[in-house]
Amino acid sequence: MLEEQIEQWRSYLRNRQAIHTVDIAELEDHLREQIGALSAAGLAPDEAFLVAVKRLGNLDALSREFAREHSDRLWKQLVVPAADTGEPQAAARTDALVAFGLAVAAAVAIKVPALFGMQLDQDAGFYVRNLSLFVLPLLTGYFVWKRRLETRTLPWLATAFVAAGVFANVYPFTPEGNTEILAAIHGPIALWIVVGVAYAGGRWGEVAGRMDFIRFSGELFIYYVLIALGGGVLMGFTAGIFEAIGIDIEPIFESWILPCGAVGGVLVASWLVEAKQSVIENMAPVLARLFTPLFAIVLLVFLGIVLGTGRGLDIEREVLIIFDLLLVVVLGLLLYSISARDPRSPAGAFDWLLVVLVLSALLADAVALWAIAARITEFGFTPNRVAALGMNVILLVNLAWSAVLSIRFLRGRGAFADLERWQTNYLWVYAVWAAIVVITFPPIFRFI
Amino acid sequence: MEINKDLIAASSTPLVLAILAEGDSYGYAILRRVQELSGGRMEWTDGMLYPVLHRLERAGHIQARWQVAESGRRRKYYRMTPQGRAQLAEERRQWQTVDATLRGIWRMLSLAVPAAPPLQAA
Repeated sequence: MLEEQIEQWRSYLRNRQAIHTVDIAELEDHLREQIGALSAAGLAPDEAFLVAVKRLGNLDALSREFAREHSDRLWKQLVVPAADTGEPQAAARTDALVAFGLAVAAAVAIKVPALFGMQLDQDAGFYVRNLSLFVLPLLTGYFVWKRRLETRTLPWLATAFVAAGVFANVYPFTPEGNTEILAAIHGPIALWIVVGVAYAGGRWGEVAGRMDFIRFSGELFIYYVLIALGGGVLMGFTAGIFEAIGIDIEPIFESWILPCGAVGGVLVASWLVEAKQSVIENMAPVLARLFTPLFAIVLLVFLGIVLGTGRGLDIEREVLIIFDLLLVVVLGLLLYSISARDPRSPAGAFDWLLVVLVLSALLADAVALWAIAARITEFGFTPNRVAALGMNVILLVNLAWSAVLSIRFLRGRGAFADLERWQTNYLWVYAVWAAIVVITFPPIFRFI
Repeated sequence: MEINKDLIAASSTPLVLAILAEGDSYGYAILRRVQELSGGRMEWTDGMLYPVLHRLERAGHIQARWQVAESGRRRKYYRMTPQGRAQLAEERRQWQTVDATLRGIWRMLSLAVPAAPPLQAA
């Protein structure tokens, strides 16, 4: 009875951010001592408990006092795990060691071809086509280890990487040709799903498992950009201070620091996302919430002007790319808004805003496609244009059906889960399309 | 007697340091000692002692260690550091100055301040 009450009190304290586990232990010792003294004075255990808790003081005031003394605790710390977590700390350390070990392995891997005479500047094509193969297998390995993936999945993952390696290297690409660049861009997209299967660790078949992978991808992107910015600042200072003593670090920078840092950073960023996922608010949904209204406004103004003035689109050859990217961004905003939403909560103003955003993006894209369709034969079907068109169609279909599902949900005729299922199932479409581009485009377009 | 919150806060540092100067101790025992010394007239909210201890620890005046007490539970004991001893001397000097000043003015005013009731056994 008393133990239950103390346990309840303890769990109540645990919800206070400023009061750590060690402090709870210290306060508990106090509480028990007090209860002991009161019981000895003749109080019944539950009475003694109540008096002792009351004497400790109002919990809000107490946690405010703790917060004032330990103001740092209101900022959740990530890299330095709390010293009192005990056993999980050892696991966290192993995790960090493995992640950094793999980061070093990736950095070494990217320098291995140099041993066989492949230079970064002269054989840029080789490195561009194979870049993801230096990182993603190691990243997949990290998750295979971390999630203790079933061994029967492993051959499939390995096969995917081997196939990617084969297709990246057997085709006689024209150096720096269109198909080579397309293959280089689409290869990582196709392989990303392999990482996803490892990440989900047996939950890939579930909507929630794939949704977690979408969340992971967004956070990874943000962390990677932050690490890259930090790396840029570090390199800037390094170059500056070494120049002051007459040493030019540029050759070392180009052939060592940049490639090794770029591949190692992916693993470090992945580890950070894993380590902090339950500690810190996810950033991608925050950014999505911030930018959804802004993008909606820009698109509405754009449409207003196009439809109002009848201003035609200035069809540059690459106009499709910018609309592709626009759809990607809109999809991202939609995806990360979905990912952070509680599926059970009722429709709100923000859900309407998302629909407005998606519809205006669809309309803007339709205007662009209309303008391009008229002149597509005149431009001719180059590999870049077909790839851009394919991507556009894929994104258009996704967003159009998302709009339908969202409206159904808003009108109370469908569940929010339908939208989640649609988005997570659609991951396959991107991967399959990317694989098609990598495998069929080079031969179809004669490796130009 | 209700004592002003600011006074409680201001006197907590010298009191805790002085009690620890008598020997190593822990939260509950420190509170009991305060009660004993004040004859039960200084009422601290028990929990508030701990942020004070943590502040003194961070300032380097005291040092904490976990130890298994005779009750079998792990307990956090505090010990005074040499720096804490110096701090206590400094606090003492300041409080004596304040005290002496107040005594002087009380005498001169010769106000009939109702004296505090005599100490009772804690």
